[in-house]
Amino acid sequence: MIDPNLFQLVCFYAFAAVTVAAALAVITLKNSVHAVLALVLTFFSAACVWLLAEAEFLAIALIVVYVGAVMVLFLFVVMMLDINQEQVREGFIRFLPVGIVVALVMLAEMLALIGVRAMRAVSMGPNPAEAAGLSNTAWLGRALYTDYLLPFEVAALILTVGVVAAVALTLRKRRGVRHQDAGEQVRVDPRSRIRIVKMDAVRAQAPAPKEPQA
Amino acid sequence: MGEQILNQVVWPVVYILCIAVPLILAVAMFVYWERKVIGWMHVRMGPNKIGPLGLLQAFADVVKLLIKEVILPTNANRFLYYLAPLLALVPAFAAWSVIPFGERMVLANVNAGLLYLLAMTSMGVYGIILAGWASNSRYALLGAMRSAAQVISYELAMGLCLVCVLVLAGSLNLTDIVHAQAGGKGLLDWFWLPLLPVFVIYFVSGVAETNRAPFDVAEGESEIVAGFHVEYSGSAFAIFFLAEYANMILVSFLASVLFLGGWLSPFPPSWGWIGQGSFAWLFVKAFVFAFLFLWFRASFPRYRYDQIMRLGWKVFIPISIVWVLVAGCMKYFGWVVTGA
Amino acid sequence: MPNLTDLLILLPELYLTAAACLLLLLDAFIRPEQRNVLHWLSLAVVLVAIYLVVANQPPFPVTAYGGMFVRDGVAEILKVFALLCTALVFVYARPYLADRKLYVGEFYTLAIFATLGVMLLVSAGNLVMVYLGLELLTLSSYALVALNRDSAQSSEAAIKYFVLGALASGMLLYGMSMVYGATGTLALAQLHGAAAHTAMPNLLVFGLIFVIVGIGFKLGAAPFHMWIPDVYQGSPTAVTVFIGSAPKLAAFGMAYRLLETGLGDLAPHWQQMLAALAVLSLAIGNLVAIVQSNLKRLLAYSTISHMGYLLLGLVNAGPEGYAAAMFYAISYALMSTAAFGVILALARAGFECEEIDDFKGLNQRSPWLAFLMMLAMFSLAGVPPLFGFFAKLLVLQAAIHAGMLWLAIVGAVFAIVGLYYYLRVVKVMYFDKPVEGSEVRVQPDAGLRVLLSVNALVLLALGLYWGPLLGWCRAAFPG
Repeated sequence: MIDPNLFQLVCFYAFAAVTVAAALAVITLKNSVHAVLALVLTFFSAACVWLLAEAEFLAIALIVVYVGAVMVLFLFVVMMLDINQEQVREGFIRFLPVGIVVALVMLAEMLALIGVRAMRAVSMGPNPAEAAGLSNTAWLGRALYTDYLLPFEVAALILTVGVVAAVALTLRKRRGVRHQDAGEQVRVDPRSRIRIVKMDAVRAQAPAPKEPQA
Repeated sequence: MGEQILNQVVWPVVYILCIAVPLILAVAMFVYWERKVIGWMHVRMGPNKIGPLGLLQAFADVVKLLIKEVILPTNANRFLYYLAPLLALVPAFAAWSVIPFGERMVLANVNAGLLYLLAMTSMGVYGIILAGWASNSRYALLGAMRSAAQVISYELAMGLCLVCVLVLAGSLNLTDIVHAQAGGKGLLDWFWLPLLPVFVIYFVSGVAETNRAPFDVAEGESEIVAGFHVEYSGSAFAIFFLAEYANMILVSFLASVLFLGGWLSPFPPSWGWIGQGSFAWLFVKAFVFAFLFLWFRASFPRYRYDQIMRLGWKVFIPISIVWVLVAGCMKYFGWVVTGA
Repeated sequence: MPNLTDLLILLPELYLTAAACLLLLLDAFIRPEQRNVLHWLSLAVVLVAIYLVVANQPPFPVTAYGGMFVRDGVAEILKVFALLCTALVFVYARPYLADRKLYVGEFYTLAIFATLGVMLLVSAGNLVMVYLGLELLTLSSYALVALNRDSAQSSEAAIKYFVLGALASGMLLYGMSMVYGATGTLALAQLHGAAAHTAMPNLLVFGLIFVIVGIGFKLGAAPFHMWIPDVYQGSPTAVTVFIGSAPKLAAFGMAYRLLETGLGDLAPHWQQMLAALAVLSLAIGNLVAIVQSNLKRLLAYSTISHMGYLLLGLVNAGPEGYAAAMFYAISYALMSTAAFGVILALARAGFECEEIDDFKGLNQRSPWLAFLMMLAMFSLAGVPPLFGFFAKLLVLQAAIHAGMLWLAIVGAVFAIVGLYYYLRVVKVMYFDKPVEGSEVRVQPDAGLRVLLSVNALVLLALGLYWGPLLGWCRAAFPG
């Protein structure tokens, strides 16, 4: 029999390994489009890890928002850029040894500080959604709209500021550009475009010209 | 051990095949039906040579595509070029796992089914973008950009429509959503009535999201030849084709499940056998929607690109945002009784 | 669940949110030549907000939304002064903006949103609120810096600000997640208790380091100061004056909330780190400022050094130190608005007036402005009997009482170093000959002139009569 706990553990390590490897690929791949795709993979496998933690709403939201929208726009921009990859790489190779040393030192410090043993002792607490007898999504929604209502609304304000900023920085009113104004088109009054003239039928004075002989 | 393998491996595979194989066949027949319908609308015969009534035309096309050479353009990105069709196909098929065909007739009855669907449909765009970019062709790239922008824009409107549905249903589970539309009045209990504007927006957005006419600027053959898949040939092209039609059928099924009561009968349950739910109802509803796709294609001229964007951002999204509030009021004040 | 009481506690913020949204709408409907309406309305909005903060005072301290939002003396004082600074900025900025085609509604809306961020940040009772308040403030600030989008310098400053700011936010968030991991709570009040008996003290300290890095970035303390000179110099002066005032109050508020309310038990750890930051800031700020020829850049380095002094107060980690630090933050905000206000008063279309040479012989042309600038400079330098002197005195005292005499000595030494470059500006104004061909035209805007005079004279007045303000600050930190 396959022990479900063991299976979960194996899955966790597999997804975690993919996440880390993909994250590494993001910063090491030569082609920036490949790097973006590696980032997509990072998000995707992170979402899988969250699924294992029974945070299904967050996991799928991560995919919908980041994989489905944000990264597509990233890809959009990267595809439009004409970056000379070699130049970008030069600095990377030159500083690589220093970077590796710094990273190793930091890693060692982190491990020493946190203590590998201490980490092992921690397990995830009881799932609050299960304790409340709700599905993950319903529980999250309840928490978001009661305990965390204020932060939630502030986050909405931040998004508003984001929109205002984006418009303020990019909207330029150009003169002389011919735009279609749909509202104006709809509002058009047929009487201003065509004048129907009523007049008495008049008999043609001259006889019709003779048809040329075929 | 043997029983476990049977339960955890064999049966799921069988179930998956039970959906995937009919889906592929449905796509083939749908293509035939499309050509036939458009032919009739153009006062033509449509395919009629291969098989009785031309029924085998689609299979002949498949065979033709499969034995053709897959051409890799110069300087194309080989890996991504071959990966792109698969990325388009996988989400189109994966989304089917949560579609309920009837009471308990669903592959995965997950709680966050609607979210899962959103996630899957939003991932389909990668296939298009990567195909456009990896082909190393201007037309393909232009088609990909257009398509990606369009899909993302309409996804927002579509997502807001789904929010309306789940506000009324109170669940993300598709089976529960269908149950919420059950009642004593038959089709008057379904969500299309309280959510009428949203229902229209959803389906039109579905058409736009699948890049179908009249929103098919992504492959506008008069401007950019064939859009993102211009460089693809043979089986790689066939896969894109399959994904596109599978997506159309998916949108048709989803519209039926979300707004037209899924497998429920349009008649009140009190009318005896005709009032009982059955997966046949769902197929009939989905067929109507699928037919609409073809009807649109034969009737409407292609939208201009800026018009598409205007429709999505300035018309659909505001209306659906307003309707989220309306749906909230309906639910809160009990104007709509769900799941009676 | 929130109820009416919660909403009443939150009234100033709610009012400001609604007002900002209405202004945003109004801006879409008025014609460009009617922009003055928006200006006066924005000013009125901010003034009413001050009234609401001061008038509608429940018995302190109160919390709303289950501890998410705290309203206490510290928050009140910081909010009043942040709003006051914003009002000053609005008045100072108008002629400058009008001269440069930047007189747009977004400036006002974004500034009000940023101020709202300050208010939420200083009232935060939860790590999530700290972060969101901070993001609201900084996101608005990024956009403000980039507002002059035709200027390459401005765009560069905005990009630098954005990238480094995002990095700092990331650091802060990382630290917060560690702290959460170690204690299992996001609420600052509970954090205080939980920090003492966590199973993983090392993880907590590790998180603390990143939190401090984040705070250092936002304060602009060395070695996390790289963005300050470029942003101060690159952004339109009207925006610089804003960035130099209210956000500094917010940064103090954030440091107080995170370090004292949340991680007060770790004071022995963070005192050392802050002391190091303070010394570095004092040294780098004061020494590099000496060689600057651009006044805005000089003031930027002076900011770094002032943040060093502010940290001296925080190092004390007791009520006395916090009161001194808050007093210092307020004094700095007022001094920097005055100094930048003079630059704004002298700038005109096509002339920024930001080089020190532009101030040559100012006394002969506009003695009053030269006098105001002198007050601001002396106050920044900490010359008695101006406001800045007492602020410096208090933080040095706080450092000594914390048992860090060496730190106070370092602070005093660098105050003398700093005196040099502030005096250089005064010397240039009073003793140098004006550059031939240049003429000084003071902005004719009456509001700017009057308020600038009041602002600078207040530096003198508070220097002579600082008791009430200090009393107010001290009352906010009951032992």
